Amino acid sequence: MSNSLRIQYLISDEDFTRAGEASGDVKAKLKMMGVNPEVIRKVSIAMYEGEINMVIHANGGVIDVIITEKDITMILKDKGPGIKDLDLAMQAGYSTASENVRALGFGAGMGLPNMKKYSDEMNIETEIGVGTTVTMKVFF
Amino acid sequence: MTIDDVQRILHGTYVCGEDQKDREIHSACGSDMMSDVLAFVKDQAVLLTGLCNPQVIRTAEMIDIYCIVFIRGKKPTGEMIEMAKERDIALLCTDHRMFNACGMLYDNGLRGGKPY
Repeated sequence: MSNSLRIQYLISDEDFTRAGEASGDVKAKLKMMGVNPEVIRKVSIAMYEGEINMVIHANGGVIDVIITEKDITMILKDKGPGIKDLDLAMQAGYSTASENVRALGFGAGMGLPNMKKYSDEMNIETEIGVGTTVTMKVFF
Repeated sequence: MTIDDVQRILHGTYVCGEDQKDREIHSACGSDMMSDVLAFVKDQAVLLTGLCNPQVIRTAEMIDIYCIVFIRGKKPTGEMIEMAKERDIALLCTDHRMFNACGMLYDNGLRGGKPY
């Protein structure tokens, strides 16, 4: 872990238009580092979906991105309401998002399935009333 | 097909990115749900959408879409146009509805990828 880079992003839920800024920044950084485009694509989509989820479901949170020689780890931590039924939430098409969120183009029930699809490893720890931590890893 | 072909076929107008007109388009996706776009779209695609907010530009950014067509006469905001310019994404507008716009591109040889 000697050659690792850690970046932290504070995700605010105040302005939906800014959701995705952190993911865009990570994408730009990886591009500058000359990372394989397929890896960049996987990281970008997985993190963007996670970032959107934090904004629409959990009043924002913190994302830590750790880049090593082997992989990229994204840790998304929020103090939101927690996920009631994780198995159900993982099903494509299932969503608890409001009509407002759907009108913004999200809440199709593809967020968590997309995060799983585009990351090589994903782990979710969630507790009702406490929050959720999603850890995703993409290997080089 | 190029971005310019898309503009011509859909009787569209450029909002920005006309300098990108010769870039090749290999497939298309029509959707108002951005998570579906993120799930299914491969690169070098054109996105047709009736959704008009900054997350459309961000979604395109994440999956390297460099041409977005707003259908049904939707007009992107100044903020969206600025975001698109910064990312070299061409924005087009057409008065056609989603079904017709997709059909017109399909008719001209563009495809939407394999069944999921």
